[in-house]
Amino acid sequence: MNEITPASIGLSREDLPNSYIGRSVPRPNVPKLVQGRATYTDDVVLPRMLHAAFLRSPHAHARILSIETAAALATPGVVRVFTGRDIAEVCDPWVAVLDHLKGMKSAPQHPLPLERATWQGEPVVAVVAESRAAAEDGVAALRVEWEPLPAQTDMETALAPGAVVIHPELGDNLVFTRTATAGDVEAAFAAAHKVVEATFVTARHTGVTLEPRSIIADYNRADGTLTVHQSTQAPHMMQGVFAKHLRLRESDVRVICKDVGGSFGIKVHVYPDEVAVAAMARIMGRPVKFVADRFESFTSDIHARDHRIKARIAVDAQGKILGFDVDDLTGIGPYSVYPRTSAIEGNQVVNLCGGPYDFVNYRCTTTVVLQNKAPTCQYRAVGHPIATAVTEGLVDMAAEALGMDPIAFRRINLIRDDAYPRTSPSGMRFEGLSHHASLDKLLEMVPVEKIRADQAAQRARGVYRGLGFASFIELTNPSPFMYGIGGARISAQDGATVRMDPDGSITIASGVTEQGQGTEAILAQIAAHGVGVPVERVKVITGDTQNTPYGGGTWACRGAGIGGEAALQSALALRAQILEVAGAMLQAKPETLDVVMGEVVDRASGTPRLSLAELGRIVYFRGDTLPRDLPRELVQTRHFITKEYPFAFTNGIQACWAEVDVETGMVKVLEHWCVEDCGRVINPLLVDEQVRGGIVQGLGGALYEHCVYDAEGNLLTTTLADYLVPMSAEMPDIHVGHVETPTRESLLGAKGAGEAGTAGAPAALMNAINDALRPLGARVTEQPFTPARILKALGRI
Amino acid sequence: MKWPAIGYIRARSLDDLWEAQRTHGAAAQVLAGGQTLLATLAFRLSEPGVLVDITRIPELRGVSLAGGALRIGALTRHAELARDPLVARHAPLFAAAAPHIAHPAIRNRGTIGGSLAYADPAAELPACAVALDATLHLLSARGERRVKAEGFFTGLLSTLLEPGEIIAAVEVAPASPAQRTAILEVARRSGDYAMAGIAAALELDATGRVAAPRLAFFGVGDRPVLANRANVALAGRVLDAQAIAAAAEALGDDLDPPADLHGPPEMKRHLARVLLRRALTQFLPAKEMAA
Ligand SMILES: Cc1cc2nc3c(=O)[nH]c(=O)nc-3n(C[C@H](O)[C@H](O)[C@H](O)COP(=O)(O)OP(=O)(O)OC[C@H]3O[C@@H](n4cnc5c(N)ncnc54)[C@H](O)[C@@H]3O)c2cc1C
Repeated sequence: MNEITPASIGLSREDLPNSYIGRSVPRPNVPKLVQGRATYTDDVVLPRMLHAAFLRSPHAHARILSIETAAALATPGVVRVFTGRDIAEVCDPWVAVLDHLKGMKSAPQHPLPLERATWQGEPVVAVVAESRAAAEDGVAALRVEWEPLPAQTDMETALAPGAVVIHPELGDNLVFTRTATAGDVEAAFAAAHKVVEATFVTARHTGVTLEPRSIIADYNRADGTLTVHQSTQAPHMMQGVFAKHLRLRESDVRVICKDVGGSFGIKVHVYPDEVAVAAMARIMGRPVKFVADRFESFTSDIHARDHRIKARIAVDAQGKILGFDVDDLTGIGPYSVYPRTSAIEGNQVVNLCGGPYDFVNYRCTTTVVLQNKAPTCQYRAVGHPIATAVTEGLVDMAAEALGMDPIAFRRINLIRDDAYPRTSPSGMRFEGLSHHASLDKLLEMVPVEKIRADQAAQRARGVYRGLGFASFIELTNPSPFMYGIGGARISAQDGATVRMDPDGSITIASGVTEQGQGTEAILAQIAAHGVGVPVERVKVITGDTQNTPYGGGTWACRGAGIGGEAALQSALALRAQILEVAGAMLQAKPETLDVVMGEVVDRASGTPRLSLAELGRIVYFRGDTLPRDLPRELVQTRHFITKEYPFAFTNGIQACWAEVDVETGMVKVLEHWCVEDCGRVINPLLVDEQVRGGIVQGLGGALYEHCVYDAEGNLLTTTLADYLVPMSAEMPDIHVGHVETPTRESLLGAKGAGEAGTAGAPAALMNAINDALRPLGARVTEQPFTPARILKALGRI
Repeated sequence: MKWPAIGYIRARSLDDLWEAQRTHGAAAQVLAGGQTLLATLAFRLSEPGVLVDITRIPELRGVSLAGGALRIGALTRHAELARDPLVARHAPLFAAAAPHIAHPAIRNRGTIGGSLAYADPAAELPACAVALDATLHLLSARGERRVKAEGFFTGLLSTLLEPGEIIAAVEVAPASPAQRTAILEVARRSGDYAMAGIAAALELDATGRVAAPRLAFFGVGDRPVLANRANVALAGRVLDAQAIAAAAEALGDDLDPPADLHGPPEMKRHLARVLLRRALTQFLPAKEMAA
């Protein structure tokens, strides 16, 4: 059995109490997931439910001249057809801008466009039918007359004269631009011993969740409520969005999100097809289900990381970094994505470049432009892999130019571990980081000398191997400075309610959500730890706006740091309440008692005094026996928000050991290491899984994943045979180590750990490939590092 | 996407198949392992009226040695090719090819007949059939005919198969002791269709001289490409570094690869040369290899 008991996770009586934090407690929801007993949105079947399918634009840019629906309506099983105008009757468009991103602009977006389609894959007409297959038959019978328009696909020309202005009312295709400067960049570069520059490209890619986007919207005319079952990261945010745009009261909308098969940032955005489903349910008074298939996922899930970055670094003769000068350009599709906006990724590049290093002169500009491709927005590790590739690519090139070892170069330039608190040249405030301790730990794990010896021996045989490093910082535990300050109803605080029932069991309801990453496991651990019960006595409720405290959900690495702290505070409050009641029952001072593994014990001796089940029996059934004025609420709620720092930064360093077949251009990743510092590690097993999964996603982006468009804006990679995700056969052994610098903002001390792997892996691999290619005078900086690009760099094709 | 509505008939004999074809005409499509066909249905790329499942037809099954030839039934699964003792002994190239095809679940269902009939230019088995100079047994209600694999593939996803005709079996001459075969490919991930691949068969006599060289490439054209000029460059020569270089040089004129998502034609041409060298190097006597 997979029962989790103290003994099964190696706990002894002496370890108790308060010993679940820092333990590899297996996830309580794993048996359910592997036995097929999870409840994904598509598993939910409601009476009178209909199914939606969408006709999507076959053109990157086209005017809709007419929509002929008669044949679709005559198709067996089809119930109704909706065009943009039908939906607009009940649903208001949105404009995705944030006030604090100065000068940002975007166009109003309707669920289904009224006049023009602006990317291939944009939903244009919806067919609602008795089954999904019938709805697809209906879609096939629709006749839309298009007037194809010139498409603006190249971001390099988006602002040039003659560009197709995608939304004429905006005047041009510029969404946002920001420059951060510090020191005197021109002077520093002019006086530098060496200046090295390169152009980096990170490929447009996407999240590829195992479970595609899924939604069921059910409008009940009898009571005017809209219930939405949705695979989402942020139920409360979606509640607000549906209410606002469908003209309902927020309290009349309930969003339920049970199990989610992966999100990676893909499911924290407002998608036009999903809002259309809610609007159709509102109009029809019947539940409507929509589950994206893989084709539509590729053309309509958000994409990310479509950047071209020209960057240079200046160093002095001793190897000190003098400055970074970075120019980032990114194309985001035809609309900024609601409500987080599509300017954040570029903004993050500005915030994060050079992040791990001690230098003064900084200039970084991001330019965010429109194009006729699928919209881009926040995807796991937003901006981090881009900034890290630029920074670490330049750092390795600078070390090479100086003839220095890349480790020695980092050693001199990484911010000292005793230099905190500290503000970076881009204005980021660091509470406490551990770059040097992390590097030390990494060097304990990576056998550098052995690897260098092997590298030399292999080169003599014509085998090219390389070792690459990448230091990184990661922005976690965001405060309202990320979105709230810009006017978005995106909550940075989160709450937890912990209660004890008559049998002594604990239930925790939390505003953070489970996406498959194990949030519910750490919530159970923290609640068990805080109250003092065995973890198997804890049940967790997440993903229901009607039954959980208001919260932000899962994004930007906040589940453990924010949701976890709220859980800990409420669990501790419940324990205090239990002890007060127990004190009254046992005629002891509460301070002399403790709760250990479900029993009230004498604090000094550990002698059991009263089980929680007995305490529950008396409180709930024989309250008459307790003192009249004794408070007896065995339920406590606490909310938590960070206050001192806008973000809790984490840090780490990765190393990658790879082999390049210089005849075929194929890269084989041999081994990978990551040391990261996410503050308090609540569950090492889960953190390691997060780091490994993140690394695999990072390596995927660096080697395989690419949403390829042709010049006309046709997406060429619409199946898993063309869009290559990393698979286990190609993935190396990944070693994970930790340094713990807890944040002092919370008792728990946890920061985020979900994005560290993705942040550093592409840069570490790029540096490994370039280390391998160095004797041949070749270098690659354009991701993904395909055989064609490597062969080209080698001059073989 | 969901499949369109389709009919299904399970044929238990060739007569069942001919009967189904008579009844449904062009609307009837043969279903073997389904590993290509069912995916295209889910894309709604094709909408056949009726699928006729041929996997229960005994005449299309089995591997046997008869009349001095190895006969591989069209329904032989990729996984069976990999483990069949007769294939391992008499047509080891097919056995070596199987692990390169997709993943275990697909190899357990996909058939050699389906692979040859579908004629994907990047597929392994068509190239192996060409390299081994296989003969295909084609069957229809009208009777049987035999064609050489080399001429069977007529273009992108197209073959000599006529409406109503199926592949019944693949026949090859059993490998002689002098025969050397190899299959190599470059694929982005294990199990992916190849960016470029070679299926090579030739004979080496006691003096190391090459006879009957048949280098067939896949993933570099609209069909499996028999590298005639490279073959000519090898025939009759002692296999050594110079012979390999000459074949690699000659290969340039054999190939006219298209660009695809993975790269430009130059890349495929380059990869084909690399694979040719690697494949032929495997056939060198040990001392040559060390040099
Ligand atoms: C994820 C994935 C990866 C793959 N990777 C590879 C790969 O790397 N290399 C590779 O070679 N293949 C690959 N394949 C394809 C696989 O090998 C298929 O099994 C094969 O192409 C078709 O065989 P089948 O028996 O499944 O045919 P089916 O799918 O049943 O049929 C394919 C076509 O052939 C016709 N047909 C089938 N049998 C006959 C017959 N006896 N006579 C006439 N017509 C017939 C059918 O009518 C249909 O048109 C992959 C498939 C998948 C799903």
